[in-house]
Amino acid sequence: MSDTPQLPRITATPAAIEAIGRLLADRGGPVMFVQSGGCCAGSTPMCFPAGEFLVGAGDVLLGEIDGCPFYIDAALDRAWHQDRFVLDVAAGPAEGFSLPAGDDLHFIVLSPAGEIPALRD
Amino acid sequence: MKYAPPGQPGSVVTVAPRYENFIGGKWLAPTQGRYRADLSPATARPITEVAHSTPEDIELALDAAHAAKDSWGATSATERAEVLNAIADAIEANKEMLAVAESWENGKPVRETLNADLPLVIDHFRYFAAAARAEEGSSTEIDKDLVAYHFREPLGVVGLIVPFNFPLLMAAWKLAPALAAGNCTILKPASPTPWSVLKLAEVIEDIVPPGVINIVTGPGAEIGKALAANPRLAKISFTGETVTGRLIMQYAAQNIIPSTVELGGKSPNIFFSDVMAEDDDFLDKAIEGLVLFAFNKGEVCTSPSRALVQEDIYEAFMARCLERIAAIKQGDPLDTDTQLGPQVSAQQIEKIASYVEIGRNEGAEVLIGGERTDVGGDFTDGYFFQPTVLKGDNKMRVFQEEIFGPVLAVTTFTDDADALAIANDTLYGLGAGVWTRDGTRAYTMGRAIKAGRVWTNCYHQYPAGAAFGGYKISGIGRENHRMMLDHYSQTKNLLVSYDPKPLGLF
Repeated sequence: MSDTPQLPRITATPAAIEAIGRLLADRGGPVMFVQSGGCCAGSTPMCFPAGEFLVGAGDVLLGEIDGCPFYIDAALDRAWHQDRFVLDVAAGPAEGFSLPAGDDLHFIVLSPAGEIPALRD
Repeated sequence: MKYAPPGQPGSVVTVAPRYENFIGGKWLAPTQGRYRADLSPATARPITEVAHSTPEDIELALDAAHAAKDSWGATSATERAEVLNAIADAIEANKEMLAVAESWENGKPVRETLNADLPLVIDHFRYFAAAARAEEGSSTEIDKDLVAYHFREPLGVVGLIVPFNFPLLMAAWKLAPALAAGNCTILKPASPTPWSVLKLAEVIEDIVPPGVINIVTGPGAEIGKALAANPRLAKISFTGETVTGRLIMQYAAQNIIPSTVELGGKSPNIFFSDVMAEDDDFLDKAIEGLVLFAFNKGEVCTSPSRALVQEDIYEAFMARCLERIAAIKQGDPLDTDTQLGPQVSAQQIEKIASYVEIGRNEGAEVLIGGERTDVGGDFTDGYFFQPTVLKGDNKMRVFQEEIFGPVLAVTTFTDDADALAIANDTLYGLGAGVWTRDGTRAYTMGRAIKAGRVWTNCYHQYPAGAAFGGYKISGIGRENHRMMLDHYSQTKNLLVSYDPKPLGLF
């Protein structure tokens, strides 16, 4: 698990890139993403103004999208055992303290088939 | 029987066109005058409108709470207990109305709100009324002339952020101890379920002194930080997911205030071979214990979402369980025969469907369900998902992440050590279940599982008086127990010397 992966492990769909572009323009500054886990809105990526969430030694940087970093907790990353993440948007308001991805839109991560390596015993 | 939907002719619930914030004992329009629709997940149609608040509204609530905190903090335990008991009585008198409102807004079956949520809410206020009355400070004779007196004092104004899965019960879990300890409160309901708490406020608005309970609705991105990071708060309590939990603790650290966070789980429910030693009530109870993954549509932090079944009974036991699961009645949450209602929102049902897909891609076998379902009629657009069981390996994503839906992941184990290893192979540690006729095994397993609550030969019971909270990343702190009075209080020590003589040092 490296903090500076050779290839970014996060990419974004055109809809997500467009949403980030709108956020950057509206806010006049970058945002950051942190993958959540657990109850209620767990499994959802949370979007905050850059620097709002204090990143710790146990967080892994998966890459950046248009200058906006995407982090996941290292233990959660191991549990998810997913090589690549794809950021996308979906209908419905954002949850937790997350910024929305637009009017009645929120960010999600996709787990396309093939991105989760087969389980090894 | 079937209850009429709120606002419809014959309904026990009246619905106003819109609901404002409850601040300082009054209903206040949001400062910026914005509202948003509140949907029923059963139909995906609006129930009413609620305030879309902004940070100015949080400041108004803080003003009201601070104006009330000295007088409320100075009330005697007797007076506070009277208020808590009056709240319980008022809720009890309106139990059916609140049960229907909460069911319609959240989607949980009314049989659950009538028989679990509301009775627990009522009892919770009574429990903390009793706990407050029974509290005693202490005096310790340090030596013959030196006495340490310990008093509890209120913290002041506390912030309470509750989730969508138990809109009324989670509010009660936080409000009751906070009020019993003499604090004033600002409650932020979850965005999908603000209205049922406002209906509760209507019921108790003349009972609670103005400013003691304040309720502000709106999106977390706009008012969550305004509340949680506010330097005028003395404590913050939150139930939800891990990233917001970390933010809450980060804000609390910046203000040097305490926080309580409850952040979910992936609870193992372990069935040893001996549950099938007899075909009796106990076996029937164990089967129901497995099927409780569908309780509250699986939208429970402690959902028994991983079943661990000893391999020698797996086929026979699961056959009985699957039969019971296939018989689950799904549909109108306001029908008292309905056992499984709609998921709370479109986002949730999409997440659930995507997890089932992830499970399939990882090789999990779908034993039953696995799809979104259309229950037809007025509910054709509702967010209904079939009760689903996936068989697989504990390393799979569906065994490791909280799906928050009626999806059970089942696997087998060989012996006690194997069961324990699988049970503890998780990031979380909120709940667990152990089912066995062997008392020694039950005790040994219960002590060895790294979780805050181990239900032993039962599951999903939440009586006031049984401490609830997480190990590992499931959170910090406990709820549902009189120890909460400590968590919502300062400790004042008076160290008093009755010795007339000087120390003699100077």
